[in-house]
Amino acid sequence: MSFDNALGAIAEDNDEARWAFGTGFHDPLAGIDASVPDGVDGADLAAYCLMLGDDALVMSHRLQEWCTHAPELEEEVALANIALDLLGQARLLLARAGAAMGTGQDETALTETVLTEDALAFFRDAPEFRNVRLVEEPNGDFAHAIVRLLLFSTWRLALLDRLTSSADPVLAAVAAKGVKEVAYHRDHAALWTIRLGDGTEESHRRTRRALDVLWPATGELFGVHEVERRAAAAGFGVDPADVRAEFDAVVGEVLAAAALPCPAPVPAEVAGRGGAHSAALGALLADMQGLARAHPGATW
Amino acid sequence: MDAADTDARTGADARLADFERTIERDQRIEPRDWMPDRYRSTMVRQIAQHAHSEIIGMQPEGAWITRAPSLRRKAILLAKVQDEAGHGLYLYSAAETLGADRPELTARLISGRQKYSSIFNYPTPSFADVGVIGWLVDGAAICNQVPLCRSSYGPYARAMIRICKEESFHQRQGYELLMTLMRGTEAQRRMVQESVDRWWWPSLMMFGPPDAESTHTAQSMAWKIKRHTNDELRQRFVDMTVPQAAALGVTLPDPDLRWNAERGHHDFGEVDWSELKRVISGDGPCNAERIEVRRAAHEDGAWVREAAAAHAAKRARREGEAA
Repeated sequence: MSFDNALGAIAEDNDEARWAFGTGFHDPLAGIDASVPDGVDGADLAAYCLMLGDDALVMSHRLQEWCTHAPELEEEVALANIALDLLGQARLLLARAGAAMGTGQDETALTETVLTEDALAFFRDAPEFRNVRLVEEPNGDFAHAIVRLLLFSTWRLALLDRLTSSADPVLAAVAAKGVKEVAYHRDHAALWTIRLGDGTEESHRRTRRALDVLWPATGELFGVHEVERRAAAAGFGVDPADVRAEFDAVVGEVLAAAALPCPAPVPAEVAGRGGAHSAALGALLADMQGLARAHPGATW
Repeated sequence: MDAADTDARTGADARLADFERTIERDQRIEPRDWMPDRYRSTMVRQIAQHAHSEIIGMQPEGAWITRAPSLRRKAILLAKVQDEAGHGLYLYSAAETLGADRPELTARLISGRQKYSSIFNYPTPSFADVGVIGWLVDGAAICNQVPLCRSSYGPYARAMIRICKEESFHQRQGYELLMTLMRGTEAQRRMVQESVDRWWWPSLMMFGPPDAESTHTAQSMAWKIKRHTNDELRQRFVDMTVPQAAALGVTLPDPDLRWNAERGHHDFGEVDWSELKRVISGDGPCNAERIEVRRAAHEDGAWVREAAAAHAAKRARREGEAA
């Protein structure tokens, strides 16, 4: 590149593709029929997409909170990147939920409309969120962030991998995009788990504590909500109980390499999927939704 | 004087002459080239301060990521703040080509021995600040930085090309956000004007003190690590921004701002230089908070960096034993 032509180099209009959002957004749904397929119940599809979308949205929020607090600059970039991928997945899934739901009342409660990603993200209260509680737990230290990411991304990758053959072509396309992203997230978390578990005495102790704190929340990853059961039966969803063996094998292998003990399996339960959340979610939503709710009907 | 001394002197003179000739011909100085110690230390200072500014600059806007009022704005803002971390990384790497060490530069930032751009010591109480920072602060940064793509120090010049490209995106995105808000509700329009009122003068201060008081300018111009004076760049920024403000429908808070047909430039009021001095010397609204966040992240992360190093050493030892 010629340095005398630096201004020209900057003005070159060749960098649109670099932007994942805003400009040059690659639409994973391009060319896909977005109508609800025959044999798929719209309300169940919407409820199921909300579950997967809320997991991604809330997990992304917790990772966004790391911004400017990461232990090194390389991790600032990596955690922000993972947060962006999950935010992207949340947007597609919430938009799919809104479309499959048919019409509903918008935030001004005056208009019947197809709910947008923003209506669903910013104008639902905590009991209407369908994420698992693992993602809403407040942040702890970096070991907590890494162990949560390992547990979450191992589980989510197993789900998304199966959803690539969903009977809903939109969900299948979203899953196909997500598989590539979450495979990287899982890899990143696994490498850090091994470094921290098999690093210093302090890092081992902190990682073990994070595992103790987070492990009880894994029971919920395999509990089967009524909507999930019907979604699996109708061929557009996955029965979460089916991914437990893969989760146990992958997590077990990583923990062994990290010189960490693998805790005993936690009995499956349903909580967040049915709207039962900890107080932490309310606080998270107050932060996330406050400005949007102060200006109902505004466009940003 | 013996013969060896004379040879050494002649060698040093020849190297200096080579260095000056490279600058004279507008070619680049590269990491392995000989350079005067003062050039090296000035470049380390310039690049490190720029790197620190990128990293501290993540804070004022980063504060809005979790609170952004739409998911699209959240994604754009998160991507932008991530870019700033990336810029910090390239710039620290460019400083390392001069023999500087990243942990040492971070220690100098935290202890206050090295500065960062004083603009990041202002608070961001409104979401419109995200747009105004993109428009005015990134706009001013671009005016300052585009000439640095021709800096005489090669690694810095090359880093600046990529950084300026990304900054120009950020500026366009900031302006697009403001356009959207100005087309929105009355409350949104008021948010924008209130934010412009707070950021306009600090943005003008980003070009540094007036030329008559600028201490580093002459040597830096001779070394071609600075290409235009502070006042020239400030004027360029004002001339560029006035029509953008008009298109947006906001008022720049300067009663003396008007077109001067004779000069072919806008005249503008006197910047409050005592405020710039105060903020640079550590007394701005957020100086202590910005450094504290950086210090806490660095110190809280020490055990993580130690663990990574310990693990790498264990692996190397195990691989050595296996071989």
